[in-house]
Amino acid sequence: MIAIVDYKAGNLTSVKLALEHLGVDGVITRDPAVIENAERVIFPGDGAAASAMEHLNELGLVAPLKKVVDKGTPVLGICLGTQVICDHSDEDGGVDCMGLLPGRVKRFNPPDQLCKIPQMGWNTMRFKHKHPLFEGIEDDSEFYFIHSYYPVPADDAFIMGETEYADATFASAVGKGNLFATQFHPERSGRIGMRLLKNFTEWDGSC
Amino acid sequence: MLTKRIVPCLDVRNRIVTKGVKFQNNIDLGDPIEMAVRYSDGGADELVFYDITASAERRPIDIGMVEEIGKVVHIPFAVGGGIENLDDMYKVLLAGAEKVSVNSLAVKNPGIIAEGARIFGSQCIVLGMDPVRADDPKKFPSGYEITTRGFREHTGMDALEWAKRAQDLGVGEIVVNSVDADGTRDGFELPLTKLIATNVGIPVVASGGAGTPQHLIDVFQKAHADAAIVASMTHTGDYTIGQIKDVLDAAGVPVRKKW
Repeated sequence: MIAIVDYKAGNLTSVKLALEHLGVDGVITRDPAVIENAERVIFPGDGAAASAMEHLNELGLVAPLKKVVDKGTPVLGICLGTQVICDHSDEDGGVDCMGLLPGRVKRFNPPDQLCKIPQMGWNTMRFKHKHPLFEGIEDDSEFYFIHSYYPVPADDAFIMGETEYADATFASAVGKGNLFATQFHPERSGRIGMRLLKNFTEWDGSC
Repeated sequence: MLTKRIVPCLDVRNRIVTKGVKFQNNIDLGDPIEMAVRYSDGGADELVFYDITASAERRPIDIGMVEEIGKVVHIPFAVGGGIENLDDMYKVLLAGAEKVSVNSLAVKNPGIIAEGARIFGSQCIVLGMDPVRADDPKKFPSGYEITTRGFREHTGMDALEWAKRAQDLGVGEIVVNSVDADGTRDGFELPLTKLIATNVGIPVVASGGAGTPQHLIDVFQKAHADAAIVASMTHTGDYTIGQIKDVLDAAGVPVRKKW
């Protein structure tokens, strides 16, 4: 069973429906016990960092998420989920986040008005490191992005894939042991995104 | 590189996709779920569904249809029509849509955009606007007036002012649907699209008038649209999304080519 963490941060249904399509059982939950005992955990999210951290604290979900990462459960972060696993985000005037992946979250600095924020649409990811979740996916494949902020890992070793936007090359996929996270939405990235999700449902957390 | 999005728009009435010219004389084209799957498999970058009679009939949006689409489509989709309040927005998003599009409601109650963006995030709140050409430079400096409720009501609001205000209120994207070009297949309203696209910092989707791949090249290269809506030209089978992308690619417009 895969626990889809519900912290009032959107896009939960599309993740659950994508898992259903793959024939995998996904449960949307905010119950710490269910999350701690799940075979795998998906930590999705849309929206803003400050309210996300507020909800995570209020629902008592920070400690359980740290626990599953520590004990080796495969964890997949998506979009805002990928940002709040970092140490700190510049969003909302600066927010301390969960610190599961060393790094910060920065905002795009568009060179001109024609470079729109949020980045919205399909962009390519170039592999930086080999990873089991990239199995069967071609380098430079396109994924669906919708975001204004991006993760900046403290160590290049955590950058699994890179993407270019607004004159920046940013980490569009990050990983550290059993934790993997994407700035794009695999559940909305068509056949190729589905392949990444399928890889996650079969991943044992080792690299 | 971020690619330009080609977004089929499905106007739905009683669970049937329909298309008219300038919001009138609609003809029926097919089942929305079947068409959604065909488009998703055929390389569409995103989909938009409008429950076009919900607003006029003053009834809530068809949530059952949104749920069915969410099950079969694995690309992003937006839903609009008949959104009356925050609860309607929540229902649409919870049913699996990525974005919710507000139009008449936003004009009536602009605060709802700010509230929706705060609660659900800017990225999922789309402002749909239906501007029509207006020859009164004093009242409408941009040359376009906002209409609502499917071109049934004039608002007295200037199109560019409304776009800027909506951006300030927190919408994540604006769909500019030209009433004059809608369904004509004569090309997008380029001056209007360019005016909005170059004056706001959020993505702008051009809508109304797509008839040939060249029209899309023009709206991307000359009017700086971030995405373009297609309807009649692909609904009728005259072009596939793949054919359009091949022409755009050859003209140097960045498009998603693998799906």
